[in-house]
Amino acid sequence: MLANIVIQFMNGLAGASSLFLVAAGLSIIFGVSRIVNFAHGSLYMLGVYLAYTLVEFFGRSSIFGFWGGVLMAALCVGLIGVLIEIVVLRRIYRAPELFQLLATFALVLVIKDAALYIWGAEDLVGPRAAGLRGAVEIMGKRFPQYDLVLIAIGPVVLGLLWLLMNRTRWGTLVRAATQDREMVGALGVNQSGLFTGVFFLGAFLAGLGGAVQLPREPAQLMLDITVISDAFVVVVVGGMGSIGGAFLAALLIAQAKAFCIGIGDVSIFGTVFSFSKFTLVVEFVIMAVVLVVRPWGLLGKQQGVQRGAFMVEPPLYPLNQTFWIVVLAIVVLLGLIPFGGDNYLLVLLIDIAVFALFAVTLHFLMGPSGMVSFGHAAYFGLGCYGAALALLKLKLPMELALFAAPLAGGLGALVFGWFCVRLSGVYLAMLTLAFAQIAWSVIYQWDAFTGGSNGLIGLWPSEWLKNRAVFYAFALVLCVGSILFLWRVVHAPFGYALRAGRDSALRADAIGINVRRFQWFGFTLSGAFAGLAGGLFAFSKGSISPETLAVSRSVDGLVMVLLGGVQTLTGPVAGAALFTWLQDSIARNTEYWRAILGLTILVIVLAFPQGIAGFTKQVAARIGVMRREAV
Amino acid sequence: MTVLSVSNLSKAFGGVKAVQDVAFSVAAGELLALIGPNGAGKSTCFNMLNGQLRPDSGIVNLLGRSLVGMKPRDIWRLGVGRTFQITATFNSMTVRENIQMALLSHHNALMSLWKPANAMYRDEAMALLDRVGMADQSERPCGILAYGDIKRVELAIALANQPKLLLMDEPTAGMAPNERVGLMALTAKLARQDNIAVLFTEHDMDVVFAQADRIIVLNRGKLIAEGSPVEVRANPEVQAVYLGSGATYAGEGH
Repeated sequence: MLANIVIQFMNGLAGASSLFLVAAGLSIIFGVSRIVNFAHGSLYMLGVYLAYTLVEFFGRSSIFGFWGGVLMAALCVGLIGVLIEIVVLRRIYRAPELFQLLATFALVLVIKDAALYIWGAEDLVGPRAAGLRGAVEIMGKRFPQYDLVLIAIGPVVLGLLWLLMNRTRWGTLVRAATQDREMVGALGVNQSGLFTGVFFLGAFLAGLGGAVQLPREPAQLMLDITVISDAFVVVVVGGMGSIGGAFLAALLIAQAKAFCIGIGDVSIFGTVFSFSKFTLVVEFVIMAVVLVVRPWGLLGKQQGVQRGAFMVEPPLYPLNQTFWIVVLAIVVLLGLIPFGGDNYLLVLLIDIAVFALFAVTLHFLMGPSGMVSFGHAAYFGLGCYGAALALLKLKLPMELALFAAPLAGGLGALVFGWFCVRLSGVYLAMLTLAFAQIAWSVIYQWDAFTGGSNGLIGLWPSEWLKNRAVFYAFALVLCVGSILFLWRVVHAPFGYALRAGRDSALRADAIGINVRRFQWFGFTLSGAFAGLAGGLFAFSKGSISPETLAVSRSVDGLVMVLLGGVQTLTGPVAGAALFTWLQDSIARNTEYWRAILGLTILVIVLAFPQGIAGFTKQVAARIGVMRREAV
Repeated sequence: MTVLSVSNLSKAFGGVKAVQDVAFSVAAGELLALIGPNGAGKSTCFNMLNGQLRPDSGIVNLLGRSLVGMKPRDIWRLGVGRTFQITATFNSMTVRENIQMALLSHHNALMSLWKPANAMYRDEAMALLDRVGMADQSERPCGILAYGDIKRVELAIALANQPKLLLMDEPTAGMAPNERVGLMALTAKLARQDNIAVLFTEHDMDVVFAQADRIIVLNRGKLIAEGSPVEVRANPEVQAVYLGSGATYAGEGH
């Protein structure tokens, strides 16, 4: 028993090292540039793939070949980081935070397809480390030699980083910039040089973290998303910008995971409780608990002020008659399409309607409420499953089962939101991601109830909705109705109270507004309508899978909103339509639709940092000015 | 009539006694200035009155009702308006909407999901803006106003719940010198019209001596003087605090 515990502890230590390397890189980059680098997991993935290729190249059987390959891989990833910083991120440091996020999302897509192109879709099993292929015996159990080296790597890198940060001029600058980068700039420090250096270091660490994992896990294309969510959790638990915190958090989480695997199935009061299934959730549970108790992470501090980088949103103008006429005209036009269009077009249009609603609910959070959600798909997915289970398990008619969708989404948001509104900014965003992952894991593993990874099938609408054109009309009415309702809410006192809390929580509180409560209700409202979108989605497809609430779906939603422009109400609808159409039409023509989508997003971000709707608004304003001048 | 009465108010941060045993009161329609050098404990004192900080001990009564331990938003509901040293307004809203926001909250109308907020309490908001001289800028976004104008908007927001007490933390900080006295003169006029008690902290002595009815002076957490502007100006201890007693220089042998 004791031997088992010791071995699990050692396993935990070995797992912690890689996690720490990635998280430290992410943390350093965030500290200085204030960019949440979603592509950090992709850099890790590149580290694994490059190590695979380079170790082969240098010769897998020699010690030099292996470690040379690993180091070269990490260096290459570091240089890729530099390239990313110079080509993309440097141009958008002044853009709103969310646009930087969008750009790093785009990088995730591009890097994934680049890896697919170069290394193919098959998992690549790496060689074992030369000279460390054996195992040592610890208390009668065999433990891989290589894992001992891994255990050492974490503390060694931590020590080196400490020396770098505390004993060199460059490290001092990095720490200073983490506290107040404007001040560092004002003191005459070359900021772009510093930023590039930081990106190199961060990317190098991610690459190294990936490369050293090569003997333990195969190189595969899903690594980017799994690693980034792990790294987020570690950074948030440890405290943003704190390297020591990242180390502590990595240890804590890796240990918790190792023990869950080690314990396995345990019978408690007669019911078998599977701890190994709990591994998927345990880190997020730790994160949720830590964030509620210590909102800035274990060793983190409240973030320093950011000056001058934000954009002030223009006032909302009342929804006037022209607006309603235009909306009515568009809806009538959309309603007429079934009479001329084919079935394929209808499928696309239903998708657009559903995702437009999804994007509007997300925008409701990100825009007026000022809460960025990285896990909005949770409520969409809960809606899918709520409706599906009501139909299949409760045997409700489809019309009633659809009611279960907003109920499930809203209920999920009510529970998760209670925790989320206690935080703000990046921390809030990461907590939403954590909850989405928990919901995903539960649905993914609960085979008996949710169908597990296979999902649920046989979700067909009632007889009168079987015709695609009729279902389209049904979905259109519900989606447009919901979108218009949410827009009314934004213009109503409730929406104003949300905006007031976002603009100045201090002032809102001083005029008697309970900001947190409004945010909580807003979160729930948004979740309920996201759930409705999910319910419609389920009945339009006939089957659902855990995919409906995966991280990638949340990312899709963010891209839609940011593409359309978070500062406008109509933007998310435009963004959703464009995204859905692009995804559909590109995906039919090429295997590499993600890369094309990513590149499109990058071009848009670099060219129109205000989104599509923001851009058209600007053009319209300019034309208006010209007209006035002409008069 | 006494609106706010404070006694035995104390607060320590670790070993630093920021405020010790402070007592004073403000009457309706009266402008009381709280002055003192940097670090005297003005802000700490202020934040205990508005609910940001909880006092270690002491009594804070608004019209006989204790405010100790209440949240800022609940204190506001009892009729305490506030302005901040660094202005805090809703920058994505127009000037009028900022006032409407406070009115919506005052009338408990925030939970409505349907009625357009823009049309609610419009006239009331315009009347308030008219009182602070901002009616002509009512449709401008608050984020683009000049600093002095934002201060006026804050004053109008503070008046929206028909306050009995107005707490103004450095109301003229960051303003141009010629605008400062103007803002406080306006405040004084409105306070007398509506019979509002005003407590303000201030660094600009021109503003203090021109507008305050009464002055209290804090130094190192303790109240060292209280009285009319003339009395406070003549108080030797206040002069020592503000101008230096010469003791430090004497000690260095000058």
